[in-house]
Amino acid sequence: MDITTFTSKRFFIPGLLLLILICLATVPLYGSRSDLFVLTIILMYIILTVGWAMFSGSTGYMSLATAAFLGIGIYTSAFLFSKEWALLPLPAVIVIGGLVSFILALLVGLVTLRLKGIYFAIFTFGLVVLIRQLLVFWELQIIGIRGQHVIPVSGETVYYVMLGIAVATLLAVYFIRRSKLGLAMQSIGGNEEAAAHMGINTTMVKVIAFAISAFFMGAAGAIMGPSWIYVDPTVAFDIFYSFMPVLMAVFGGMGQLYGPVVGAAVFAYTERALRLQFSYYYMLAFGIILIIVILYLPGGLVGLIPKLWDRRNRLRGLISKLWKGGKAEQRANT
Amino acid sequence: MQILEGQDVTKYFGGLAAVSHIDFHVDQGEIVGLIGPNGAGKTTLFNLISAALPLKSGEIRFKGEKLNGLKPHQICQMGVARTFQETKIFANMPVFQNVLVGASFGTPTRMSSADAAREATQALEFVGLSAIGATPAKDLTLVNQKRTEVARALATKPELLLLDELMAGLNATEISEAMELVTRIRDKGITIFMVEHVMKAIMGVCERIMVLHHGEKIAEGTPQEIAANKTVIEVYLGEETHAGS
Repeated sequence: MDITTFTSKRFFIPGLLLLILICLATVPLYGSRSDLFVLTIILMYIILTVGWAMFSGSTGYMSLATAAFLGIGIYTSAFLFSKEWALLPLPAVIVIGGLVSFILALLVGLVTLRLKGIYFAIFTFGLVVLIRQLLVFWELQIIGIRGQHVIPVSGETVYYVMLGIAVATLLAVYFIRRSKLGLAMQSIGGNEEAAAHMGINTTMVKVIAFAISAFFMGAAGAIMGPSWIYVDPTVAFDIFYSFMPVLMAVFGGMGQLYGPVVGAAVFAYTERALRLQFSYYYMLAFGIILIIVILYLPGGLVGLIPKLWDRRNRLRGLISKLWKGGKAEQRANT
Repeated sequence: MQILEGQDVTKYFGGLAAVSHIDFHVDQGEIVGLIGPNGAGKTTLFNLISAALPLKSGEIRFKGEKLNGLKPHQICQMGVARTFQETKIFANMPVFQNVLVGASFGTPTRMSSADAAREATQALEFVGLSAIGATPAKDLTLVNQKRTEVARALATKPELLLLDELMAGLNATEISEAMELVTRIRDKGITIFMVEHVMKAIMGVCERIMVLHHGEKIAEGTPQEIAANKTVIEVYLGEETHAGS
C-alpha cells in the first residue's frame, strides 16, 4: 500500500462521517416537517439499536427491557416537563430521564444478570409489562387521570436533541468497544466462565454495561415525550420498542459498530415507506425480508460488504489473469 | 514452602460425594499430578480451588490466605490461573485478544494497556503461537486452542497454574511438546498442579502424584511409588497389568 491510499483511507471515514453529520444538522433548513419527523424516529431507533447491541450483542445477554428504559424516559418528561407538576429546563429533563433509566438498570441488573439465557430475556420482558401495569394502576386508582400531558416543543428542537443523543451514543459505544470494558464484555459473550477465571468481575461488567445502554435509551425517551405531547403507559411502554432494536441489530449485523446503525436506518425507513404504500402487507414483506437476512446473511446487511469486496477482488484477479493469459497466447501465436 | 494447601475439602452433588474429606498440598516450584479414573473428582477439586464451584466444607489456602468465599476473578488476581478440560476459549475473538483478556484483567497488579499488550505478546511467544495471533480463535485446532488457554493463563502472571487435562486428545508429537511446555513453565518459577490421563506425560514430568478414587485420596508419592502402589494398580491402572510396562 502506498502513502496516498493510506492517507486517503485515514481521512476518508472521518470525512464521510463529518459530511453525514453536516447533512443531518442542516436538514431542518430545507426539509419538510414530515421529513424531520421521520428522521427523528430513525435517530431514535438508531439510539435504541446501538444501545441494545452494545450490551446484548457483545455479552450475549438478550435484553427485552429496551421499551422499559425508553418508557422511563418518556414518563420522566411527563413528570418533570408538564404544567401540573414541575417544569425543569429541557436539557435537565433529558439527563434525568437517562439517569433514572441508568439507576433502574443498575438495580434490575444486580438482581437479574445472574440469570442465564432465556430466563434473563423473559425477566426483562416482564419488567416492561410490570412497569406499565404499575403506572396504569397508579393513574387509574390513585390519581384518577389516564395519561399525562407533556409540554410540546418544536419538531426542530426534538430533532436536534435526538441527533445530539444519537451522536453521544455512537461516540460512547465507539470508545467502549475499544476500552477494557468492551474487551471484558466481548469475553463474557465468548465464554462467561472463562472470563470470570481470567480475573473479570463479570457481574460488575454486565451491570455497568447494561446501565450505560439504558442511559441513552432513557435520554431518547425523555425527548420523545415532548414530541408526542400526550403519553399514557400503553404507548410509552409498548413492547414493540423492545423487539424492534433486536430485529434491527440482527438485520444490520452486530459485528461492527455501523451494523446496527445501518440496520436501524434502513429498517425504520423501509418500515415507513412500506407502511404508506402497502399498509396491509408491510408486516408480511418485513417478515420475509427478515427471514431472508437471517437465513442467508448471518453477518447482517453489513456482512455483505466484505463478501462483495471479496467477489470484486476475485473477479478482478480473474480478469487480469485472463488478460495476461490472452496476451501470452497471442505472443505464442505470433 | 506450601503454596496451596487443602484441609478436609468436601463437595457433595446431591447425595454423591464428588470430593470427600481430602487433605492435600502443593509446594512452591513443584509439578504435582492429579490422577484417577473418570468421575474420581479431579476436575471437581480444581473447580473448588478456582471457585468455579463454591467451597462450603473444608478449607483451601493459597500462600496462607483462605480462598473460601472468594469469587473466581479474585482467585485469578491472587495468582492462581487455570485451563479447562473442555477448552473454553473466547471463540468470537482473535487469539491475541484471548490472551490480552488475561493480561488486562487477571494480573495481581493493574497494568497499563501497553504493558498488558506486551505481556500478552510474550505469553503468545512462550507457547509458540506468535504467528497466528490474528487468527479467529474459533478456527484453531484443538492443540492450538489448548496452547491459547495456557498463554491466556500465563498472561495473568500466575504463581500457581492448574492444568486440567492439557494433553487429552493430542497426538504423540503434540504430547511431548506439551510436556516440554509444562517443564518450561515450571522453570519460569510457576508451580504446576495438573490433572492428566496420559500416563506417559504424568510419569514423565511430575515430581509428585496424587491419586483420587470415588472422591477420596487413595495414594500419594513419587511417580515410582505410585507405579508400584498396589491399591493404585488395582483401581486405576488395571489389576493384571503393571504400570510402565
